[in-house]
Amino acid sequence: MKYLRLWQGGLLLLIFVLWHVLTKPGLIPPFVFENDQQAAFFFGEPLKILGRIWSWFFINADIYQHLWVTLLETVLAFGIGTVLGLGCGLWLALSPMAAAITDPYIKALNSMPRVILAPIFAVWFGLGIASKVALGVTLVFFIVFFNVYQGVKEVSPVVLANARMLGASQKQLLRHVYLPSATSWVFSSLHTSVGLAFVGAVVGEYLGSSRGVGYLILQAEGSFDINTVMAGILVLTVFALMLDAAVGKLEKRLMKWQPKTGETEKL
Amino acid sequence: MASTRVGDVAAALQLDRVACTFVDKNDPSQRYTAVRDVTLTVGAGEFVSVVGPTGCGKSTLLNVAAGLLAPSTGSVHVFGEALTGINRRAGYMFQSESLMPWRTAAQNVMAGLEFRGASDARAQADEWLKRVGLGGFGDRYPHQLSGGMRKRVSLAQTLVLDPDIILMDEPFSALDIQTRQLMENEVLDLWAAKKKAVLFITHDLDEAIAMSDRVVCLSAGPGSHPIGEFAIDLPRPRDVAEVRATPRFVELHQAIWSVLREEVLKGYRQQLAA
Repeated sequence: MKYLRLWQGGLLLLIFVLWHVLTKPGLIPPFVFENDQQAAFFFGEPLKILGRIWSWFFINADIYQHLWVTLLETVLAFGIGTVLGLGCGLWLALSPMAAAITDPYIKALNSMPRVILAPIFAVWFGLGIASKVALGVTLVFFIVFFNVYQGVKEVSPVVLANARMLGASQKQLLRHVYLPSATSWVFSSLHTSVGLAFVGAVVGEYLGSSRGVGYLILQAEGSFDINTVMAGILVLTVFALMLDAAVGKLEKRLMKWQPKTGETEKL
Repeated sequence: MASTRVGDVAAALQLDRVACTFVDKNDPSQRYTAVRDVTLTVGAGEFVSVVGPTGCGKSTLLNVAAGLLAPSTGSVHVFGEALTGINRRAGYMFQSESLMPWRTAAQNVMAGLEFRGASDARAQADEWLKRVGLGGFGDRYPHQLSGGMRKRVSLAQTLVLDPDIILMDEPFSALDIQTRQLMENEVLDLWAAKKKAVLFITHDLDEAIAMSDRVVCLSAGPGSHPIGEFAIDLPRPRDVAEVRATPRFVELHQAIWSVLREEVLKGYRQQLAA
């Protein structure tokens, strides 16, 4: 697709224009609400939202500290959760005994609605960054854990036997066979877990904090300032997209051994 | 009897009354005896082929020789020593794809050297890639190579470690006939240069006769066991394509086939009944 980006941008523009037309008071006669102010009240106005974002970044320049906090929480939750998930996944997949014993507990912890833990974490770790990171970690951990576990279980038995015949020790098998084989599964989970790390950070902020984009949104909601809420959501979305793109870039670099279809070039 | 000695030298590989019984994990009362009463000797420098109908436990035998599978009864001796765990003196060329897909061809070839901590792994790998005709393909990943090329990489990967025993499990069964004959000749040349012990598993009688010093026939499973052994006295060096046309080859083929045919039909009937 030659004009893919153009089409994508066009679609975004169309959505904003539609949004603008439907919410701008006085532009078209109201057909759902009783008066023309209500649509703007409930859904916000794109122009005001963009103006809000503009002033956050360039005029007042007051969003950076909040964004930095949210970003830090997200990255920490993502990093810690991924490393823990990777470690536990490898360990349990390679020791069937430990896996059998912990199986019901893992399942129980995973099916528990973990957002409920946010207030408990706030009590344990205070209202600072730590409680948000903890919440994010609980969300990220299980995604990565289950994928690594699956990835190790599905290592090709022939490749494994071959590596053993070539003289690989248990440690070398882990480093040269299990880990690379699990990475493809890990990367497919990282895209999901970046989003969840963000969820953890923002929900944590939303439930109690003094900084962060979640905090900004909470404050705006308190005063029914729907434009600021929408602006906060937009900023978060863009940042989640950027993190996801970063993971995608990393994936492309580390997974270049994976076969891709259609490698021919039309001349 | 610890080990039979050929002359003064212990046999490279000796399987003594080996039996392998598999138990169904979900239903322990269900047992399947793949091979039983297998006594098989491969002398140092000898090229031995095992032929038999499909599903007769040929690969099981090879896995036992490699130490990947412990026999239910019986013993395995490698150069006179009882085998426990992986057979460190053997190289194994698998039937299916065994290359690590996350390593390039060169990295795959050097894997074994790397595991052993060799310092000149890359140089040796490059040399072996050249020897199997893949000099310029070291940086390709397995998915970027054709099936025949991948087999060559596997061959280099196994032989770069200079094993005393080479185990091959239908290594060329997935290749087309031309590539296959090329590879067979290559293996024969490499073998002639180094004179390692080879245990070669195949279902292709032509291939077995063309390449080996000795052909062992297995009966149809379950519980398959050797039912005939034939010394192949064709002169070496051989060309696998040309040797097939010689009268002695045809004679040997008829003799072995007469033993094997009944078993092949039995195996076929069993598969139909299942």
